[in-house]
Amino acid sequence: MISCRRPFIIALTGCSLALGVAYAASVFAQPEERPDAALDMLVHEPPTMEDLENSDIHPELKKVIRYGHDLFTNTQQLRGENVFNDMNCSSCHLGEGRVPFSAPVWAAAITLPDFRGKNQHVNNLEERIAGCFAYSMNGVPPEYGSDEMLALSAYHQWLATGAPMYPDKPIFGRGFPAPDEPEQTPDYARGEAAYQNNCAICHQQDGTGHYESGEYVFPAPWGDGSNNWGAGIVRVDTMAGFIYQNMPLGQPRSLSDQEAWDIAYYITSQERPQDPRYTGDVAETSERFGPTFHKRSLYGQTREHDGHVLGDHENFGEKGDIKPWNVGMPRFENLSEE
Amino acid sequence: MNKKCLSRLGLLVGISLVAFGALAQQGDAERGQAAAATCTACHQAYGSGMNVPNGESWPRLAGLNADYIAKQLHDFQAGQRQNATMATFANMLDDQQIADVAEYYSQMPLTLGQGGDQADEALLARGQQLAERGDWNAYIVSCQSCHGPGGTGVGSTFPGVASQHAGYISAQLKAWKTETRSNDPQNLMGAIAKRMSDNDIQAVSAWYATQSGSAEQETAQ
Repeated sequence: MISCRRPFIIALTGCSLALGVAYAASVFAQPEERPDAALDMLVHEPPTMEDLENSDIHPELKKVIRYGHDLFTNTQQLRGENVFNDMNCSSCHLGEGRVPFSAPVWAAAITLPDFRGKNQHVNNLEERIAGCFAYSMNGVPPEYGSDEMLALSAYHQWLATGAPMYPDKPIFGRGFPAPDEPEQTPDYARGEAAYQNNCAICHQQDGTGHYESGEYVFPAPWGDGSNNWGAGIVRVDTMAGFIYQNMPLGQPRSLSDQEAWDIAYYITSQERPQDPRYTGDVAETSERFGPTFHKRSLYGQTREHDGHVLGDHENFGEKGDIKPWNVGMPRFENLSEE
Repeated sequence: MNKKCLSRLGLLVGISLVAFGALAQQGDAERGQAAAATCTACHQAYGSGMNVPNGESWPRLAGLNADYIAKQLHDFQAGQRQNATMATFANMLDDQQIADVAEYYSQMPLTLGQGGDQADEALLARGQQLAERGDWNAYIVSCQSCHGPGGTGVGSTFPGVASQHAGYISAQLKAWKTETRSNDPQNLMGAIAKRMSDNDIQAVSAWYATQSGSAEQETAQ
């Protein structure tokens, strides 16, 4: 993967400051236009909302896809019902879920149903989206088959227009690929300094993000307004990948590998709402979901500088006692004998 | 004052101490009015500024964030923001006067943006797209992701751009693009401006010039 990681960087501006990255004309540049021409990957450029308007698909479907896009970019409209933090889907899936290296969501539409390690069974697209609601949105998913779920699925699938189902090549820009292993072990104090220098102007020193006149502007990287301990981005490498590939906004890959890992370590060493899979004991929860998930997070670990045990609390955030119905739901029990 | 406000204040103070100690100074609008006598020739009595087609447009200052205005004046003084005219006038002000005029203009009601009336529908549509959704194929993030919903500004770092003059917005975007302006934190604006075409700049300038810059104005319409 290392050779595939930086295909569209054509020049670094600056030197040690590395203030920005010059991009090829399109972030979806075709393999032959990229320096690494041997790249044998699936490169897919999803349609835009302008393409939707100009397409000849049924007007009723257009409406539903538009609603899906609106839910995706303004998920806060479901606040108090399905969303119990300050996030939108597009807080992490930048560029309306289309952009490479920002976990483009159309990839889910062409690779699912598939077995998912996190919950140890076969998931379809709706169940995958439901997972985001339970963890990343610290919420409760809309029902399978509901208008909201159908609209979100329709938006995902329409973004995948033209891409092959179950592709036989790796997907270009999938997920949040982590930067190379840093020279030095990620460090809390270094991470804190790098966070304050590079991130706090938008996300605030205390990680609460920013609302202006009651409207969401910058998402909260930790705290009650952020994703809970069960969200994929609490894994240090996933957070490092998100940061390295996407932050500061508009300047992907401008931070060094070391800075990205340090900042990720710092952010994932902060508190956030409890994992909805919590058994009542952080050590037990951490052990039970360690192999499939928490081995990559700092959940249940003791913070060195102050002795705080991460995730050792009963704070579920704004949703309080409400349990997401999809978490731990048994599936395919009749097939378990095979 | 809630916790978030307090933390923002803390951040502000922190930045001020590092970058320009004078920012923490408390401004007085009444004193500001007296000190602003020299500003009105261009920025006008009500802080409206003026769109000057084919010339240098003077920005609206009315309703801009006080700390943002103060930072710009300090940057003109220090040469971190280049403008021959403004360097002269900024240098006439001491730190207290800067805080005062900044406070004075920040309290004025917003005035209307000029220079967007002639834009055709297609140009405005492109402007709205860039403002609200960006163009990620070119890695241009939406303006509102930093300047806030409606482009009305976020804190003291990201100024309100709605209801600003088209001539001024496009001149600034071109300055960011050619690196003749670079007094933004972490190159946040410079990085985006460099990816914008001349048409993009024209489009987004016209769009914001035609937008009201405050929630109150929108309600009133």
